[in-house]
Amino acid sequence: MDTTADNEAAPPDQIDLRKEFDEVGIGEVLDQLDRELIGLKPVKTRIREIAALLLVERLRKRMGLATGNPTLHMSFTGNPGTGKTTVALRIASILHKLGFVRRGHVVSVTRDELVGQYIGHTAPKTKEVLKKAMGGVLFIDEAYYLYRPENERDYGQEAIEILLQVMENQRDDLVVILAGYADRMEKFFASNPGFRSRIAHHIDFPDYTDGELLGIAEGMLVEQNYHFDAEARQAFERYIAVRKTQALFANARSIRNALDRIRLRQANRLIADLDRKLTADDLMTIEAKDVLASRVFEKGEGGG
Amino acid sequence: MRMTQGCFSYLPDLTNEQIAAQVQYALGKGWAVNLEFTDDPHPRNTYWEMWGLPMFDLQDAAGVMMELAECRKVYGDRYIRLSAFDSSHGWESVRLSFIVNRPKDEPGFRLDRQEVDGRNIRYTTRPYAADKPEGSRYGG
Repeated sequence: MDTTADNEAAPPDQIDLRKEFDEVGIGEVLDQLDRELIGLKPVKTRIREIAALLLVERLRKRMGLATGNPTLHMSFTGNPGTGKTTVALRIASILHKLGFVRRGHVVSVTRDELVGQYIGHTAPKTKEVLKKAMGGVLFIDEAYYLYRPENERDYGQEAIEILLQVMENQRDDLVVILAGYADRMEKFFASNPGFRSRIAHHIDFPDYTDGELLGIAEGMLVEQNYHFDAEARQAFERYIAVRKTQALFANARSIRNALDRIRLRQANRLIADLDRKLTADDLMTIEAKDVLASRVFEKGEGGG
Repeated sequence: MRMTQGCFSYLPDLTNEQIAAQVQYALGKGWAVNLEFTDDPHPRNTYWEMWGLPMFDLQDAAGVMMELAECRKVYGDRYIRLSAFDSSHGWESVRLSFIVNRPKDEPGFRLDRQEVDGRNIRYTTRPYAADKPEGSRYGG
């Protein structure tokens, strides 16, 4: 009786949690998430909770206790540049390691890729995107644009219906993540109750604090082999404080764009003096005047 | 008479899991999978009609299986085949093709002999089903 085949067939009496945890390798992804993403405390906590839930679900399945796959569709709400897309990529990798999606790739789309321009165009377009995303995660950015109540003949409704159908019937094949600004998503869910009921996890992305933004900037610079000198660092702190009050502030994305322009000015400053001998440190250092030349300071607080 | 064309046609019909496994193999190789259907089973009929567009850039067989299910809903009384197209340089052709759906009743082929030029004979095969007009050949 005591053959290996029998042992495999019967559910195990005990499960070594630590071994399971190490085996699926999500600890590594979670640590990476903690390390590489600055701030976002509530998001990280939620992801850890979801990961724990899924790991337990996986063990329950092994023990023969689980009843079908859980709903995994999510909604990410938050201002632009708060890391929604980045976190979606990590979630896909976690889901893949735990075996809840088969491939673990992310297909990121907006309204344009789902909704057609004339009658009969929308369904094939939406289905094509869905087919590409099968086995992975479909990330719909600014999902509320799918629904345009002001135009009752808008084709977005058609895309929504197909999406809902697939979200319901092919939960094992596809995880959908909807993302966008909190208030507009709220309205979107209110007018499309089908979505709300099919989404298991609502995650809210908070704005970054000034300190976190500075940390993000320094992280980005280190990645590109640059660094601030002490004055430039202070100048950039001021830059963040001023930029935040101005229009179209997009958190980490604004920081990245600001750094791109600062690098441009640094290069210009270096080129201006052709007779100078440069060291590697000169090429890496960003000085205060590179930062202070920004137009952001001219406009001052609250400027457009 | 069971029609035999393409891969696996001497095997029992593939189950959905087996079809999905083949599709996943093709996708893994980077081939684009297509669905085609016809009700003219003559072996020289190479022009089957396409179900939708070729499916490029898929990662998982589930998308193809979804289309296949829909194609079966509409053309379940006809032959449906699945082909995998390799677009890489030097190949640019179909690498794998097999039948995934066939009519319940396949009447087979008639062999016509035509006597010409003294004692010579010319042979023609003709599907019995093709006697009926297109669209009503397999009771559909």
